[in-house]
Amino acid sequence: MPPLLDAQALSKHYPVGGGRRGATLHAVDAVDLRIAPGECVGLVGESGCGKSTLVRLLARLIDPTSGRILLDGDDTTAVSQARFVTMPARARIQVVFQDPSESLNPSFRVFDSIADPLKRLLGIKDRAQLAVRVHRAADLVGLPRELIERYPHQLSGGQRARVGIARAIAVEPALLILDEPTSALDVSVQAVILRLLADLRARLGMSYLFVSHDLNVVRLLCSRVVVMYLGRVVEVAPTEALFTTPRHPYTQALIAAIPDPARRGEVRPRLDGSPRSPIDPDPDTCRFYGRCSRGTDRCATAMPALRPFGDDHFAACHFA
Amino acid sequence: MTAQLQIEAFSLAFRTRHGTVRALEDVSLSVQRGEIVGLVGESGSGKSVLAYAVMGLQDAAARVQSGRITFGGMDMLGASEQALADVRGREVAMIFQSPRAALNPIRKVGRQIEDILRQHANLPSSELRKHAIAALNRVRIPDPERRYNAYPFELSGGMCQRVMIAMALACSPFLLIADEPTTGLDVTTQAVIMDLIRDMSRDAQMSTLLITHDLGLAGEYCDRIAVMHAGHVVEVAPTEELLSHPAHPYTRQLLAATPTPRSTVDGLVSIPGQLPDLRRELPPCRFSARCARHVALCDELPLPWTVVNEAHLVRCWVPL
Amino acid sequence: MRSATLTRNIGHAFGENRLTLVAVAILVLLLVCAAFGQYLAPYNPLMTDGAAKMQPPGVAHLFGTDSLGRDILSRVIVAARLDLGMAISAVALSFVAGLALGAVAGYFGGWTDRIIGRVMDTIMAFPLFVLAMGIVAALGNSVLNIIIATMIINLPFYCRFARGEVNVRREMGYVEAARMGGNRALPVLANHIIPNILPPMMVQASLNMGWAILNAAGLSFIGLGVRPPTPEWGILVSEGASYIISGEWWTFVFPGAALVLAVFCFNLLGDGLRDLLDPQRRI
Repeated sequence: MPPLLDAQALSKHYPVGGGRRGATLHAVDAVDLRIAPGECVGLVGESGCGKSTLVRLLARLIDPTSGRILLDGDDTTAVSQARFVTMPARARIQVVFQDPSESLNPSFRVFDSIADPLKRLLGIKDRAQLAVRVHRAADLVGLPRELIERYPHQLSGGQRARVGIARAIAVEPALLILDEPTSALDVSVQAVILRLLADLRARLGMSYLFVSHDLNVVRLLCSRVVVMYLGRVVEVAPTEALFTTPRHPYTQALIAAIPDPARRGEVRPRLDGSPRSPIDPDPDTCRFYGRCSRGTDRCATAMPALRPFGDDHFAACHFA
Repeated sequence: MTAQLQIEAFSLAFRTRHGTVRALEDVSLSVQRGEIVGLVGESGSGKSVLAYAVMGLQDAAARVQSGRITFGGMDMLGASEQALADVRGREVAMIFQSPRAALNPIRKVGRQIEDILRQHANLPSSELRKHAIAALNRVRIPDPERRYNAYPFELSGGMCQRVMIAMALACSPFLLIADEPTTGLDVTTQAVIMDLIRDMSRDAQMSTLLITHDLGLAGEYCDRIAVMHAGHVVEVAPTEELLSHPAHPYTRQLLAATPTPRSTVDGLVSIPGQLPDLRRELPPCRFSARCARHVALCDELPLPWTVVNEAHLVRCWVPL
Repeated sequence: MRSATLTRNIGHAFGENRLTLVAVAILVLLLVCAAFGQYLAPYNPLMTDGAAKMQPPGVAHLFGTDSLGRDILSRVIVAARLDLGMAISAVALSFVAGLALGAVAGYFGGWTDRIIGRVMDTIMAFPLFVLAMGIVAALGNSVLNIIIATMIINLPFYCRFARGEVNVRREMGYVEAARMGGNRALPVLANHIIPNILPPMMVQASLNMGWAILNAAGLSFIGLGVRPPTPEWGILVSEGASYIISGEWWTFVFPGAALVLAVFCFNLLGDGLRDLLDPQRRI
């Protein structure tokens, strides 16, 4: 089955000025990512790894420096993001944003926030029809009808999160990108929202790209996980395989760092230090070299490519 | 053994324009020398309010209504501002969330450590710099001589947090209060910082009060955990005991709502209802409205301290 | 906003803030004077009366008379139209132009921002009152030119403000959501961002009104723009200023007090407006 989303060799470089001419920041470098219809893919990595940039590339909020993004076989990067805004394909990818307090327009009522994409992307002008669609979206996310006429500041964090989801699914996208959707919520509210998200995916058949720093949550919802480091994909694997037998040293450190009460008092190898600079990185050196416990000369002379490790599991390391 | 920190039947309320908010009610907790106690609760549970009250830093609108807080034998509530200022930084220290925001942005970090030393330690001025660099070294900041001259904005979040820890521990306090010290940090950085706090606690026999909303984190690093809900401490127990045999219905639900490496989406339980409005007249048990085990007794009599076994106490009429 | 909630919100804003009520009362008084001045004035403001020169305030002339025997009360009342008219026009034009330029600069950045920024920097490089004087002197002495001059010198103020506010909001989730929802750049700016920056800008506009009134009055005070015998608070103060030493205080105190009252009123109004327009404070 052809993938729903096929990102090929995506790169995003930003010029950085200040004295040094031609210096570029490699936010995302040669990333390949495929998402099948109905699949839930997790995206993890520490801050600065490029996942936010990748999300914005895939959501077509920014244009890539090179590479392309195919949606159902059509190249969405053939047009600039400014032109993509008004194309029908725009409705097929939607995003649920991180901070519910910032992702809703404070001067829009809930109804207006949910109705806006319906008006612009689906061209629904009739007020009655809009109301039907808005109510349907609100019902799907379990948002009580009486809250629809409220303003965001009158809602709780959990309610705002639901509005954000309702707004994204109202246009019935094929791919929903969720950028840390529950990180600003309390644990009890998070549980509700996660169950809602799982339920919606089953009901509406959407694919998810789920970005989170909480690996336990990713493990819960996703069938496949992509690990990024300094702009590159370092490992891709089915969820259980990633958590039980991570291949890349960075992934191993990441998994070892998850707080686990069952491993109290254990002294575990820790990943210290900071990542290297993403500005003008050496194309022949592994990005993890220097911080990796296993570095050798080979790591400094050849960039490791993603190698297969059986059953859909890939890692970019010479020694995995 | 007398506890380093003893909080007895402590109640605190805020006078606001919209009524009196009974932020803390009848809170009792002790922290022994050398132990790490976790104070776990969701937002609005009162954990930060309690931490600030211990330090004598509560808001101007706060009114202590009853109870005692004793630190190393000293009555913190009755002490003069002068006595408190003397103790703060030297005997009890606090580290905060958002490390970069808690540091002075226009002062070099080395100097900020010196400020603490100058205030509390009897050192000649010539020795200050040496001790400051030693403090940076103790928190494993690489290249401390150079970092001494860094400004907070030049350092990563993890580094800033280490600087804060260095400042907090500069005078070897007896008690460290850590208020969500790793929120906002990457999981790998979090692990390093928490390991550091734990190791330094052990080495110096320092008591630590770790405030967090992350039950998993508390589970890995704390010796004992106190669970808070809506201004009450509802349960206190040694960590393993609390996680395997929670006695309070809220604790059990909190555990069931927290994703762990072994959770499934369907297994995630959400806690019904919301936090009660602390301005209203509330029943003795503030969880009763949301509790499945609720009986008439819960609304009539003040909460007991039910002993489950030694060191495991729960405030509930119908513990599990 | 539907009308029922609007009235409720106005009620709430005034209930919360008595001073706003006072400010509105003063504003109403000023507007009435501006609109119906010629009917309210007891005397013809231009009519001279040689017999009644320099009379102190009394029963016949509540504010006294000036050196040509004209009733000062009448002149102060009628002057409201010109002063308020000039200030309101200038502020309205500045506001709209500043909002548009600042929002575009803040949202698009790049060369748009740089060019607009340079223009504003050029304006701000001059001492503003001197620049206003220069503009009126160059364009000619007329009410229209005072309005233009006041508008130009106030432009950077709104432009900077709008630019800053748009900049802050540009990266927020709801703006990105608006783009994902099919809005092109200008609709995002107009429908999603600008409604949110209007409340703080309205506060600025109201505070700015006070300054605009003083500006217009100031230009007239030094003889630019409005010419005697047209009643205008600045000119009235100017005429009365020559009598500071000799003690005929009523010639400049009353027009000056009118200026103070107007500025005071608009400053208070700024707060009340913000309460009314800010959705976060809505019931």
